Amino acid sequence: MGVNEKIIEKTIYFLAFSAIFILLLITIFIFKEGVPFLFNYGVLKIIFRSSWSPSDQEFGIFAMIIGSIYITLGALIVGIPLGVACAIYLCEFAHKRTRLIIKPTIELLAGIPSVVYGFMGMIVLAPIIRSFLGGSGLSILSASLVLGIMILPTIISISMDSLMALPKTYKEGSIALGATTWQTVIMVLLPAAKSGIIAGIILGLGRAIGETMAVIMIAGNSLKIPVSVLDSTRTMTAGIALEMGYAIGDHRMALFAMAVILFIFILLLNSLVTFIFQKK
Amino acid sequence: MVSLLKRGLLIAFIISIYLFITRGSKTATIIRLAGSTAFQPFAEKLADVYMDKNESAVIDVQGGGSALGIMAVNQGIVDIGMADMLQLPRVVSHLTKVVCARDGIAVIVHKDNPIENISKKQLQDIFTGKITNWQKVGVSPAPLRVISREDGSGTRKSFDQIVLKKNKLTINAMYQDSNGTIREAVKSDENAIGYISIGFINSSVKTVDIDGINATNENVKNGKYTLARPIYLILKKDIGQDARQFIDFLLSNEAQTIISKNGLIPVK
Amino acid sequence: MINAKTSERIAKMFLISAILITLGILGFIILFILINGLPVISANFLFKPIEEMGKSGGIFPTIISTIYISMLSIFFAAPLGVATAIYLTEYTRENYLTKVIRFGADCLAGIPSIIYGLFGFVFFVIYLKMSWSILSGALTLSIMMLPTIIRTSEEAIRAVPYSYREATYALGGSKWQGIRFIVIPKAMPGILTGIILSIGRAVSETAALIFTAGMSIRTPTSIFSSGRTMAVHFYALAREGISIQMAYGTAAILIITILIINIFSYYLLFRYQKKYS
Repeated sequence: MGVNEKIIEKTIYFLAFSAIFILLLITIFIFKEGVPFLFNYGVLKIIFRSSWSPSDQEFGIFAMIIGSIYITLGALIVGIPLGVACAIYLCEFAHKRTRLIIKPTIELLAGIPSVVYGFMGMIVLAPIIRSFLGGSGLSILSASLVLGIMILPTIISISMDSLMALPKTYKEGSIALGATTWQTVIMVLLPAAKSGIIAGIILGLGRAIGETMAVIMIAGNSLKIPVSVLDSTRTMTAGIALEMGYAIGDHRMALFAMAVILFIFILLLNSLVTFIFQKK
Repeated sequence: MVSLLKRGLLIAFIISIYLFITRGSKTATIIRLAGSTAFQPFAEKLADVYMDKNESAVIDVQGGGSALGIMAVNQGIVDIGMADMLQLPRVVSHLTKVVCARDGIAVIVHKDNPIENISKKQLQDIFTGKITNWQKVGVSPAPLRVISREDGSGTRKSFDQIVLKKNKLTINAMYQDSNGTIREAVKSDENAIGYISIGFINSSVKTVDIDGINATNENVKNGKYTLARPIYLILKKDIGQDARQFIDFLLSNEAQTIISKNGLIPVK
Repeated sequence: MINAKTSERIAKMFLISAILITLGILGFIILFILINGLPVISANFLFKPIEEMGKSGGIFPTIISTIYISMLSIFFAAPLGVATAIYLTEYTRENYLTKVIRFGADCLAGIPSIIYGLFGFVFFVIYLKMSWSILSGALTLSIMMLPTIIRTSEEAIRAVPYSYREATYALGGSKWQGIRFIVIPKAMPGILTGIILSIGRAVSETAALIFTAGMSIRTPTSIFSSGRTMAVHFYALAREGISIQMAYGTAAILIITILIINIFSYYLLFRYQKKYS
């Protein structure tokens, strides 16, 4: 091992440790700013109070938590059926050539920035919803539809990977026993690919809950707890984005508290995925 | 192919580093402003004029709302904070401030909304949520949607102070974060009502009279239209010479004429 | 009781409609933007400065800001990320710590970008007094890209069979020689794909940049200048209703840029897969 080798090794160590240090730094920073707030004001009080009025020192984030939950659920309701259906079709019913063309096309289109999705929601979807269903158009429904489309490529891609990873014998055996392709899908393939598909859904969930710009553009940002899908709402991410520019003191820490909640949620989601894959 | 790419990336890196080093040294005169979205377009326009006359000056303008301007100038990360509110908060009481313009707040509705006039009391009831249907103010029945600015807006603070007084904004309000976005939201929703700086009025939305008074700069100047506030420039502590010069320019006749021509009320 | 053949036919109808809906919507979005936006694009559009807050003029400053910010952030993130990946795969044994680091990187890759923006704003812009600047934006983005680059590089390096390294050692080469001349070149397409996709993410990023790189409409003259990227400019144009035409044009350029970036990374991945299948 020459001196050169030693130097290179030291450099790699240095860079790696720096990177890991940076990632630790941001994690600790966010928790350090947000967690004290949660404990000072009382975790339960903050999470379950619904009055958010920083100028009155009121920091109840319940309405925004509900907003995030509703919109994310809505996105999943739109994205899961469409996404898994596309994946099933492309893997089990389509010609290999069709699949080879369409899969990259869908992934390519996944590169569309979220602000463009939000824009389309703003000028195409919201007016339609306003004319036909009422309300302002800036609503949970619009946001769910747009976010659902946004997470489609994730769900499709990972579901396809899971289905393609199944041994060919599963399908061949089932067909040999006289089942139709569809019966095979329902009774053999989907259950077998279950964990991968669920992992893809969880990833899509993570992306939906983390979306900020598109939601600000089409969900209306209201602080009321929504009662219908046509109601406007504000998510936690939008809440952070709308006020972080000027929030100081307790207000800023409240925003960090929301960041902590989102962080922990993503942590839980990732743990779930790891757990699912460890079971295999 | 990959090695060509590697070489290309390497060259791109080297060029970038070169650019950063040579151009990066021009950190000299960046004058930074941030804050009021009502004044932002005017600050930009005046910055253009100023930079035409002063080759070496570079002026960066951010929006973000008056509260952001106040926070930023307080922290020293901008030279000038722009804030459009009736009174500035205590946190900047130790800083120099100067009024560079005045501006009225117009209540706006959708172009096709037949309403022409509204009383201050009705306005208060609408924004506190007591009135929730257009019927109550004399037009055909339809749900009334209130659009407000977020907390950090000077326009909002002023509006709340003058119209809402001590009452709270309705929980049903939707929010947008700048004059432009409020105008956009009201423009597309037939049942919406909102408020923007008079300087932001254009043909895409309809302005509503308050107690019979038209929302115009004339009426703000002569005191008839009372929904108005001054636009402050807050100077950071130890502000530099370059920024001071720019402020002098903003208060000059030339700049004030431009301000007046483009929809705000000059301070002179 | 519906027989199996019929239920399959019905199922196929649903599945095909799912594909058609998906492709239809995605195609609609792209076509809508391009049809409305391409006519706006001209040499003027690409090279003139922003005028009247974006109502007229061009988007040249945003193109420069986008290039500055994405290149600078890759400049920070790529070496750090790839080195970390090399360290994790080649210089440590697989143990609890590496698992934790990997899990941490996966989590951080999934954190909403607004949280990175919040961190960048409070830490770089305010605390370090760097104000809204290309530098603040690039540093924030590089932290955001780091987990993704670490993970994709790690996957790529791990995919290189151990036999390659064994061969190097058998021939008397050192560990680093094995890494430098065998492992990294083999893993390069995968590593580059991760980097290029991160560039794509930087180009589309809005939430984190608005609060760190700011929204100045001028061409940045240094890394301490503020500057808005194409995505941020588009966001402002769209939401403030400044000019729908300019919005379409900006969106078209954005989409074209990202399509090019994605096609390129896909091409690399294709070659990578060809090499190994």
